[in-house]
Amino acid sequence: MELIKPGINFDFVGKMRIAALVSAAAILISIVSLIAHGGPNWGIDFAGGTVIQVKFQKDVPIDGIRRSLDAVNLSEVTIQQFGARDEHEYLIRTAESTEDLKGLSGRIEDSLAAAFGRDGFEVRRVEVVGPKVGRDLTQKGIMAVVFSWIAMLVYIAWRFEFRFAVGGILALVHDTIITVGVLSLLRMEFSLVIVAALLTIIGYSINDTIVIYDRIRENMRKNVRQELAQVINASINQTLSRTILTVLTVVLVLVSILLFGGAVIFDFAFAILVGVIVGTYSSIFIASPLVLAWERARPSKRKRK
Amino acid sequence: MFQSIKLRVLIAAAVVLASAYFLLPSVVPELPASVKNLFPKNRIHLGLDLQGGMHLVLEVDTAKALEGTVERLANSVKDGLMEKRVRFRGVERRPDNTIGIELPSREARADLEKLLAEQFPDLEIQSADLADGREKVVLRLREKRVAEMKKSIVDQSLETIRNRVDQFGVTEPEIIPQGEDRILIQLPGVKDPKRAVDLIGKTALLEFKLVDEEHSLEEALRGNVPAGSILMKGARESGERSGARRDTWYLLKERTLLTGQSLENAQVKISDRFGEPYVAIKFNAQGARDFDRITGENVNRRLAIILDGVVYSAPVIKERISGGDAQITGAFTTEEARDLAIVLRAGSLPAPVKILEQRTVGPSLGQDSIDKGIRSVIIGMILVGLFMVFYYRLSGLVAILALVLNIVILLGAMALFDATLTLPGIAGIVLTIGMAVDANVLIFERAREELRLGKTPRAAIEAGYARAFLTILDTNVTTLLAAVFLFQFGTGPVKGFAVTLSIGIIVSMFTAIFVTRIIFDHVTWNRKIKALSI
Repeated sequence: MELIKPGINFDFVGKMRIAALVSAAAILISIVSLIAHGGPNWGIDFAGGTVIQVKFQKDVPIDGIRRSLDAVNLSEVTIQQFGARDEHEYLIRTAESTEDLKGLSGRIEDSLAAAFGRDGFEVRRVEVVGPKVGRDLTQKGIMAVVFSWIAMLVYIAWRFEFRFAVGGILALVHDTIITVGVLSLLRMEFSLVIVAALLTIIGYSINDTIVIYDRIRENMRKNVRQELAQVINASINQTLSRTILTVLTVVLVLVSILLFGGAVIFDFAFAILVGVIVGTYSSIFIASPLVLAWERARPSKRKRK
Repeated sequence: MFQSIKLRVLIAAAVVLASAYFLLPSVVPELPASVKNLFPKNRIHLGLDLQGGMHLVLEVDTAKALEGTVERLANSVKDGLMEKRVRFRGVERRPDNTIGIELPSREARADLEKLLAEQFPDLEIQSADLADGREKVVLRLREKRVAEMKKSIVDQSLETIRNRVDQFGVTEPEIIPQGEDRILIQLPGVKDPKRAVDLIGKTALLEFKLVDEEHSLEEALRGNVPAGSILMKGARESGERSGARRDTWYLLKERTLLTGQSLENAQVKISDRFGEPYVAIKFNAQGARDFDRITGENVNRRLAIILDGVVYSAPVIKERISGGDAQITGAFTTEEARDLAIVLRAGSLPAPVKILEQRTVGPSLGQDSIDKGIRSVIIGMILVGLFMVFYYRLSGLVAILALVLNIVILLGAMALFDATLTLPGIAGIVLTIGMAVDANVLIFERAREELRLGKTPRAAIEAGYARAFLTILDTNVTTLLAAVFLFQFGTGPVKGFAVTLSIGIIVSMFTAIFVTRIIFDHVTWNRKIKALSI
């Protein structure tokens, strides 16, 4: 079977301007969304706070849970259904965290027990992150992302040429910003696991880009007389069926995690799904044309005969 | 590459068998004893997010522990100055853990410096100001000494916590220092996190002080605490369970007569008369002598037993107590008494600890996550498999074989390296599937291109592998780079993801390139086939 007929020749490079506009708009929307929301929706990993995941025996109104917690005297509580409706699971969040041993979570548990009975619910997960750790984790998360950018820049510059590395990294920055933007638009929580997702996206997206770069390099050697724009366009077309196939398989597995992996891993899989789609787009429409733009701005000294 | 297909089959088979060998104990935990010894002990560890348990990060308040040391040093310096007949005014510990001294003259300062050089090598002069003919000197602990002390405080805390956890009975606990003053604790399978936190975090400083019976408690509660005495809260009364909360207060002599350091053992016993649990403590030789003397000197007075600044009981000393046995009573449950005995046996923490981070996953959620994780991986694999066969026909089958082997080898390698499987790690397996498939797609697409150019199946396969190899290497190395940074900066489950992804990428290169090639070479070399099913 074939999805893409051989010899097909879409004019990807010709769509460069439109793609640049689309990307610029997407980045702008992402940044505006981030500014409007005052940054990402930091989860407790970074902001500090307490999350308790509770599973009730039967359906319980959210208001009822809220009322039962009045006695604990929390400044800001959000209660949210978690997973499927018939699971009766809720996430109770507060920005507060305690460093003392009595513990906020213990008091919340006691209040729930008073209202619903000890056997009426089960505490499935408790996470308490103090502000100090939150700062540490934020710093580490940012360093992980930035260092991985730099490491890839160096590797690609070594394996290919510097202009390829710049195109690849800009595409990665592009993917990261837009993925964070989508998460911000959907008000999804930005947790440590999301940082892991971002790094995975970076890995995947550069993967995709390199396959195309590799073909460009090969074609440049084969057809030395050809215009770079044509080489790039031909290379993207030649690798197109691979690109689509791989994306499809990855999307297949990601969708199966989204559907069957459970609520705990849903956000992670969702972020990767968004990133994979954006990353595939950027490999075709951003990373490779950027090499061309770089070449036009500063023609390479190695004259192509 | 290796020319001999037989040799390559041998290598592949050896790797797969070795993986199965390492993997078996993880998959079948209940092997019969006779067979069990034949297999390695290493198993894939499940992360706390999968098996349930508790993750704690504690910070040791080293500054607090230093306070005591500086206080003692200040007193010693004071004594030293008096001995040398140097006049001074006020030797005191300041809030930033320095010692401030006021001296009347330059000469006095010279004497102080001599004293420091002779008796206090750990102290140095931080600053000295001459004002109105008076010398104001600030002493501080040498930095090197502070660092040493902090380290020993953390080490000691670590040891104490390890002792407590051991006695609490947790299998495979992990207690490791983190950074300068933090301790990471992982307790798999803990069912009662509240109790565990309580047990680990208690400073457990046991003190004995006399009750101040000469002054009025009421007066002290109004704010007039007599010099040399302190107010202290009593432990909760037995009525608290029923909801009636009432604080009791004690007025105590400030001086501590004896501490838990003199303890040799602590055990839970049940009282004959009321059937209530209490903690029986036994002092060591020195402690027993001190206790004997203290009780002998204070018959008919009340001796308060204090744990972490809370008075547990204050019984009247009826007679001199020799032999070094005493008991702590209070309205305990058996469990509380047992935990108290544990912390007393394990000793007190040299400094209070704060909880910086606590994550607990219940065992049922962990099991849920495993079930759903495995199900989603299997469904994902089936979907990918169907797609590959549909798209590449027989060659797709080869890719599926590579996929299955990939997972077996990946899990075998994880068992071999004692790696931890976490929930994001399962997602890492899924991504590995994607990467492995991608490698085969690259090869197959290349082979197809070559076939279209009119090459023979054998030449097309050879060109496909040769051309795709560098691409696959480049793409995988870059992904590996991302995984390395994830490992470096990640914690817990995220680290598990990085490990799984890294091993998976390396294994996928082996299965997707080396193993599949054997099959294709076998088909294209030995049989003169006209067309490839690709």
